[in-house]
Formats: sequence, C-alpha cells, structure tokens
Amino acid sequence: MNYNWDWGIFFKSTGIGSEIYLDWFVTGLGWTIAIALAGWVIALLLGTLLGVLRTVPNRWLAGLASAYVEIFRNVPLLVQLFLWYFLVPDLLPEPLEIWFKQDLAPATSAYLSVVLCLGLFTAARVCEQVRTGIQALPSGQIAAGYAMGFRLPQIYREVLLPQALRIVIPPLTSEFLNIFKNSSVASLIGLMELLAQTKQTAEFSANLFEAFTLATLIYFTLNMGLMLLMRAVEKQVAVPGLIAVGGK
Amino acid sequence: MTTSTLSRAVAVALAATLLSAPTLAEELTGTLKKIKQTGTIVLGHRDASIPFSYFGDSPQQPVGFSHDLQLKAVEAIKQKLAMPELKVRYNLVTSQTRIPLVQNGTVDLECGSTTNNVERQQQVDFSVGIFEVGTRLLTKKTSGVADFADLKGKNVVTTAGTTSERLLKSMNADKQMGMNIISAKDHGESFLMLESGRALAFMMDDALLFGEMAKAKQPADWAVVGTPQSFEIYGCMLRKGDPAFKQVVDGAIAAAYQSGEVTAIYDKWFMQPIPPKGLNLNFPMSAELKKLIANPTDKAAEQL
Repeated sequence: MNYNWDWGIFFKSTGIGSEIYLDWFVTGLGWTIAIALAGWVIALLLGTLLGVLRTVPNRWLAGLASAYVEIFRNVPLLVQLFLWYFLVPDLLPEPLEIWFKQDLAPATSAYLSVVLCLGLFTAARVCEQVRTGIQALPSGQIAAGYAMGFRLPQIYREVLLPQALRIVIPPLTSEFLNIFKNSSVASLIGLMELLAQTKQTAEFSANLFEAFTLATLIYFTLNMGLMLLMRAVEKQVAVPGLIAVGGK
Repeated sequence: MTTSTLSRAVAVALAATLLSAPTLAEELTGTLKKIKQTGTIVLGHRDASIPFSYFGDSPQQPVGFSHDLQLKAVEAIKQKLAMPELKVRYNLVTSQTRIPLVQNGTVDLECGSTTNNVERQQQVDFSVGIFEVGTRLLTKKTSGVADFADLKGKNVVTTAGTTSERLLKSMNADKQMGMNIISAKDHGESFLMLESGRALAFMMDDALLFGEMAKAKQPADWAVVGTPQSFEIYGCMLRKGDPAFKQVVDGAIAAAYQSGEVTAIYDKWFMQPIPPKGLNLNFPMSAELKKLIANPTDKAAEQL
C-alpha cells in the first residue's frame, strides 16, 4: 500500500494556536472520561433501582421496570442520542429550550445530552444484571429474612443486595468498560471526545492510520486499567466464605 | 509499496513515456495497467456532496459536477487503452475513507469535494483543480451577521474535519473571538444545528452552503455572507507516483476546459434545477474558478 507513515505527527503543530496533535488526544481523553463517569453514576443508581423493581412481588412495579428495559435496550444507542439531542430540547417549554440551545455552551448541552443518553441506556443493561444477581440467590434467603422479622425493603437492603451486587461485579465491569467505548457516539453530535479528536487529527494531518492507532492504544490501555481496577474492587469487597468471589 | 519500488515505478513510467514512440504499444504501468488487466475502473464518489458528487434520483448512480468531469476522464482512459467496453464500478467513500481507499488500490479515481492541500499531497496525488471555493458563512437574513467580526462570543457551526473548522479555531486562538464552535458530523447536520437555532452561522465552502440553502424549508430566509477566509481548490485524487495515469486524467479535464464544455457542465449543476428535488442553486461561476479553468493547476490554493 502506497502510504506515507509519519509517527512523529503527534508532536507536530496543528496550525491552531500553539497546540500539537497530542494535545487534542489529551483533551479528547478528558471528555471521554468525563462522559463515561457521569453516565455511569446515572446507570448504576437507576439500574440498581430498576433491577430491584423487576424482582419485587408487585406486578405493576415489575412491569414498569421491564417496559423500561425493553424500550432502552431495543432502540439503537445512536438513535437515542439523536432523540435526546435534537428532539427532546424542542419539546421543552420555550424559555428552557432557548436556554438549552443558546445560553449553554454547545459543548455543555452536547455533554448533558450524551451523559443522560448513555446513563439511561446503560441503566437498562445494569438493571438486567442486578436482576439476575438477585434471582441467582437461593429463594430461602427471602424466607429467612421474613422469618427474622424483616420487612421487604429491609430484606433487599440487608440480605439480597449486598450479596447480589457482589455476584454481578464481573458483568458490571464489562458494562463499565462498555460505557467508555460507547461514549464515542458523542463525536456525532460535535462533542470533541477521543474519537472526534482522532477523526479531526486524521482529517487535518492526512495521517489516518497513525491517528487511529494511537486512539486504539489509548482506549485499550484505559480499559485494561479499568478492568484491573474493578478486579481490585471485587477482591476488596469480597466477604470470605459468603460467595466464592475472585478466588477459591 | 516501499519507497524504492515506488521510485522504480516512477522511473519505469518516465522511461516508458520518454523512450517509447507514442504510436507503439507502451508498457503500461500502475493504475492504467491495473485497469487494462481487470477491464474495470473503480470510481470513488460521495453520497451527499451536493452538487459535486451525490445520489440524485437513484441510489445506485452518483451524479454531480465532479462526477461529470470524472466521466470525462473515464472516456479518455477508454481511448487511451482502446477499451470501449471498459466497465465502470462505483465505490462510495466518506471523508474518512477516501484517502486510504485510493492508497490501497480499492478506488482508482476519486472525484467529489476533496480539497487539494499540502497534508494530503503527502499521501495522494491530485488531478488539475476541478473547482475553487471560498469559505464563507450561511446565516438567517434576520440574524444581524454580515461578516466574521459579528460572530464574537456567538455559537458557530461547521462540519468536522474541514478547513473551515481549522480556520474558525485559528480565529478563536489568534483574535480571541470567544466563539463557541460546534463541529457537526456532516453538512446536513451542520445545517440542522443552524436551522434549529443552536448556531447563529454555518461556516463552509460557499458552493456547499448554496447547496444547503437550496434544501432549506424556506430558502429565501437564508443568505451567504462574509469575506471568504480562504480559497480552496478541489481536485480528483489518484494514487501517488503514477504519472501516466495522472496525465490521462489531467488531459481529459483540461480538454473539457479548453473546449468550453465545462461551462455547460457548470450551468447544468449550478444554474439549473438539479435532482432529486429540482432545486436551483443559482450560484454563478466565481472569478477564482474562471481563473482556474483558464490556467489549470494541480497545486493547492495555498501553494499558488
């Protein structure tokens, strides 16, 4: 292939101010982390709540949670993002709409949209994992809880959730990594996160392969780091003798 | 291909042009050889660069100003290779894929709305220029924006990866304009940002702005304003170091310029209703483009 490799490209000037291309990747990584972490907070809180609701002995609450999961899991992420970014602001009352579209900096309104979108989307997936975690516990646990004189909320708080959440740490880790990778959809609404900066570097420098190679390495290193972190968390919270978590 | 094989290919091509008498069968090299052997030429095109290269009425057949010039080159190649039955295959490219697809041999000739610039010349060769644009602003007539100075502290949208994006960011850095720059993923989305009130103005190549304006719900509400911040020459992309192929392509385009045929092609795409909606861009030929047609060049605008 007739390609002109130039690995020094990252240290060359972008022609804008005094920035070099590497600066763009650093800025982009910052946005990627900011999107993913904020989205993860929403996903974890809402997802756990929904996961609990799916298992409670109330048909309406369980049905509501399961409808949520079906909607958010079955609509493509990109479609959801465009709805949140382009459609939802138009449905707001006019002063709010103008505030969102014109008074907020464009990066802020795009950030809010993508965090909300990723948070709600990932919540549906977290919900399913929390649900399976709860259902994986022996049904005798609930009965034992009642026998102890606990009320249902207490059973969830003191008996079911502490065990279920520990069981689902490995699948939650993969959702945690997914939200970092999925954050790249933000590049399509003009938020300059890692993928957007990569594409911009590729366009400006015409060194496409170098730019995407670096982006691949950054995503890979980031996700490896997160995975190791989550393994450490899993070990840290393991209760010896309760469930065989992370070891024999 | 390594540099040594590349230079050897160049040397062979040069030797072929210099040594062989034109009437004798030349040793074909590079793209021409590939086309002769496969009986097919692969044309790179865009899906929404109106009116340069886009899908008009049919989702299989690209049309447009650049596409018409691309077909001129195909005619010349048919003659050069004496292959009237040469098959044409289309390959859709995006702004991200166009350079690698030309380099790796998937696409033989890409004509769309690709700016010829110094960075890209490191990767590919360009034909003589096929169009020249100025980068300007599209805004609502009632917005009060007449030129770039009016954009201080305002929201401005442009399409990601374009020269306009670079110019806007430089303007912010050099002149402390404090603009909020939105980088949309394509021209359609940029216009959506403008139309939905997220941005006050849309900076882009003027010809493309006229294209977006023609698509608007109320074209009369919009205006293209501002002093051009740069001029850019579009060219067709082909593989680097393939002078024999480039000569045929350049020759075909230059011939269309000399014969005046280009004026008819221009009028067809810029002064008359075009598919799919029968809109008329009403974009008269600029002085810059007239100059380019009079003196064809394969240099970037910044190199002139």
